[in-house]
Order: sequence, then structure tokens, then C-alpha cells
Amino acid sequence: MPAAGLREHPLIKALLIAMAVGYVALMLLLPLGAVLAEAFSKGWGLWFAAISAPDARASIRLTLIVATITVALNTVFGIAASWAIAKFDFPGKAPLIALIELPFSVSPVVAGLVFVLIFGAQGWLGPWLEAHDIHVIFALPGLVLATLFVTFPFVARQLIPLMTSQGRADEEAALTLGASGLQTFWRVTLPNIRFGLLYGVLLCNARAMGEFGAVSVVSGHIRGETNTMPLQIEALYDDYDFVAAFAVASLLTLLAVVTLALKSALEWRHRDQLSARP
Amino acid sequence: MVPSPVRRSRLPGFGLSLGITILWLSLIVLIPISAVFVKGASQGWGTFWAAAGSPRALAAYRLSFGAAALAAAVNCLFGLLVAWVLLRYRFAGRRLLGALIDLPLALPTAVAGIALTALYADTGPLGRLLEPLGLPVAYHPAGVVVALTFIGLPFVVRTIEPVLAEVSSEAEEAALTLGATRLQTFFRVILPTIAPALATGFALAFARGAGEYGSVIFIAGNMPFKSEIAPLLIITQLEEYNYAGAAAIACVMLVISFAVLLLLNLLQHWQSRSRV
Repeated sequence: MPAAGLREHPLIKALLIAMAVGYVALMLLLPLGAVLAEAFSKGWGLWFAAISAPDARASIRLTLIVATITVALNTVFGIAASWAIAKFDFPGKAPLIALIELPFSVSPVVAGLVFVLIFGAQGWLGPWLEAHDIHVIFALPGLVLATLFVTFPFVARQLIPLMTSQGRADEEAALTLGASGLQTFWRVTLPNIRFGLLYGVLLCNARAMGEFGAVSVVSGHIRGETNTMPLQIEALYDDYDFVAAFAVASLLTLLAVVTLALKSALEWRHRDQLSARP
Repeated sequence: MVPSPVRRSRLPGFGLSLGITILWLSLIVLIPISAVFVKGASQGWGTFWAAAGSPRALAAYRLSFGAAALAAAVNCLFGLLVAWVLLRYRFAGRRLLGALIDLPLALPTAVAGIALTALYADTGPLGRLLEPLGLPVAYHPAGVVVALTFIGLPFVVRTIEPVLAEVSSEAEEAALTLGATRLQTFFRVILPTIAPALATGFALAFARGAGEYGSVIFIAGNMPFKSEIAPLLIITQLEEYNYAGAAAIACVMLVISFAVLLLLNLLQHWQSRSRV
């Protein structure tokens, strides 16, 4: 325990705690409550009707498809990138990491725009795609590309510091004992990084399912076809169908709460296996 | 762990993993981003500036970057308070508070947008209180600041936390022994130590806020020159099939984002040096 003079007066301490709790309750908890209050304001029946409407169901299906593809691809990328960066020495590592984290500082709208400029009707590849009847923009491939861009750094960013701190002694021992490269990865590396990987995948998935700005640019907003859940929320909201908008939003809120719960559980139980600290 | 002496890694898969990394990075991030600059530059300076430097665009940058800076400043203040309380005090609900901080990272921005609008609209529970005071939030520029304050909090808290945890109790004890009050210790010993982290948190929240779209468009009035953010202006240009104009505005936003990113890396460099 710190010396008496290093502790704040109990009254000041209570005041600081009250201010912090009050701020978080006002800024974060209240919006969470507002979604649920609005979603159920007209009862369970209307809530259920809203989420089981054909367009809502189509948007849920599309969101699941887009998230599955992007999370899988970016997980493979994240593992490859962290293997190269954490286990080997080569020049230019710092700029490479900075480039991997670049999408974090790009506006989601710009992330969508870049793919319109390449694949859109007036884009570089637009005429060629049209001639071959391939649809990227206003179709599933565009949604996947835009989501890939915004969720690009999530898994890699979690794994690079973790794998760097773990070093390569375990893998070298396995190789010395005669394991193949793949065996070493599956039996040694993957078990070592499993909680960090799960953590990265969790956050990547939350962002993939909830992405709005980037997919808004490439989707075309065709209801029942190219609207993901966040886009369907906007469409319903613009129709002044607030109960339905908040009903779909409540599903994504549930996703956020489950993500936070799993993330916190990982942090409490496996903190030592998540971060770079020894 | 003792740092291993410099020697070559004997592990397999270097070429393959680095190859995948660079290929994927180029396909998904680098080539697409360069498309914006090529498109922006291909139209010549005159038309570029007509779009990127139009009064409407300037007003949009001012709102996006101004509101992001204001929100990041608010988050620095309250983020420091929250990080302090989480690290130094034990109280009922502390873990729940800690878990809640990351809500803005997990909650889709469109959901945050409609939830904040429901709260701050003149019929909402908070709007009803603020409106009579002459403080309208929803459909005004203030709404943009509220949305960006919501989005930015975790960036500041999570950046300060590890550094604040490392502030040595010896330094604080020394200050106490030398007769400093608690407040003097905070401003003279603790604040200088965490200043780089605070600046990094500010930059992260600012960069995120300046490009934010989903949570803002529902609560902002989206009136040109008044409550229209820069990302929305890009979408407006696209809807008018003005690809070149959209690319020009995107170029300006990207250049500013990259400048912030560069500054951020310099800050982290400063931070890692000041911690040794």
C-alpha cells in the first residue's frame, strides 16, 4: 500500500470515482440503454416482426457472409504477417508495421471510395468488368473488399507484439527435435498464440459485422440484396420506421455486448498470454 | 527473458509469409489508396482545387477536423480521469467500468448514431433537458462533437493506462518527502510522465474522429456549410457521379491523416525514449 500522503483524501477519491462513473454512464451506458428502450418500446411482438421481416433476414444473412469471408482472410494474413515480422530479422520492419496499421487512420468512406475508383462503372477496371458481366461494386465482392480494408490491421496488430515477445526458442527446439515446419506451427506456435489470436479475431469480427461507412459507399443500398445490417438500419431509419431500425440495431448491440464480455473474460483469465509483457 | 544475441532465424517460411504479407497489403491497401491519388492528380490542378478547395469543402474540413480536435480534447480530460480511477482505486463495479470503456470499439457506428440521436433529439431524454437551456445538440454541429466524443474515449484511456501504471511510486514518494502537495505531485511529476501517452491518445482519437461517418450522419443535420462533415461530402460527390471531385476531397483527407500518422510515430518514438 502506498504511504498515507500518496493517497487522495477519501472525499476526493469518492468524488473522482463518481465523476468517472458518471461520465461513462452518461456517454456510454445511456446510448446502450436507448437502443434497447427504443427497440422494445412497442413490445416484443413488433420487435420480433421487425427482425424476421424478409429484408431484415436477408441483411443478417449478408452480414454473416461478409464477416465470415473477411475475418477468415484477414486471420490468415494476420498470422502470416506476424510470423514474418516477429520471427525474422529484416530491414524495413517499422515502415511495414506502419503500413499494416494505415487503414486505422483512413476514413471508412475513403476506404469504400478507393474500390469504386477501381471497380466502379467509371473506374479503371469498370468497362472490362462490364464486358465480362462481373459485378464487384453494388455486389458481394465490393462489400467484402471494403470490409477487408477497414478490418485489415486487427489480427496482425494483436499478434505481432505477442509473437515478438515470445521469441523463437520454442519453435527452434521443435525443429531441432525433428518436427517439420508445419508441425511446429500447429503444435507449438498456434497453442502459444491461441488467446491472442482469439482476441484479434473477436475485435476483427465486431468491426466487420458493424462496418457502415465503407460498405455504404460500395453497396448500392439494394434492400434484400446488398444491404448489410448497419445499412438496413439506416434504410429503416430513413423511412421513419424507428422501431424496426432499433430492433435490428438491438441485434448488433447484443453482438457488441457479447464481444465485450468475451474480450473481458480473455483479459481477466489470460492476460499474460495476450500482451507482450512477460 | 534475456534478449537473444543477434543471429539469423533458423525458422522456415520467411519467404512465404513475407510474400503473403506484401501481396495482401498491396492488393487490399496500397494499390487501392494509390488509386485515389492517381484519380485526384489526373484531373489537373485547376479542377482538383475547384473540388478540394471549394468553400463547401473547406467548411466540411473545418467541421470534421475541428469537432475531432474538440472531442479528442474532452476525451483527454475524461480519459485521464477514467484511467486514473480504474488503475488507482478499488471499488464495486470497477471491472464493469473497465469493460464498458471499449463499447465504442464494439458497437457498430450506425447503432451509436441512431442511439445518440434518440437521446439528444428535442424529444429525447437528454435533448428535452438541453433544448430549453439554449443548447441544441441533435441536428447541430454540437451533435458532431457528441458523436466523436463517444467514439474516441477508448483510444485515450487505453493509451494512457499502461503508462500511468508504470509511473513509479518512488518518484511520487520523493515528491512527497520534498514537501510537494498531492496536486503539485500530479502536475509536476505524474503529468509530465504521461504527457507523451496523452498526446498519442489525442492523435489516435483525432484521426479516428476526423474520418468518422456512421455515428455522425444521424445526429448531424448534414446541412452544407453548417453541419456537413467531409466524409459525407465525398459521398454526395459520388452520388452525383463526380468521381474526380470525390477523389480530390479524399486526397486532402488522406494527406492530413498521413500527417497525423507520421506525427503519431514520432510521438511513440519520443514516448519510448522518455520511458527508458
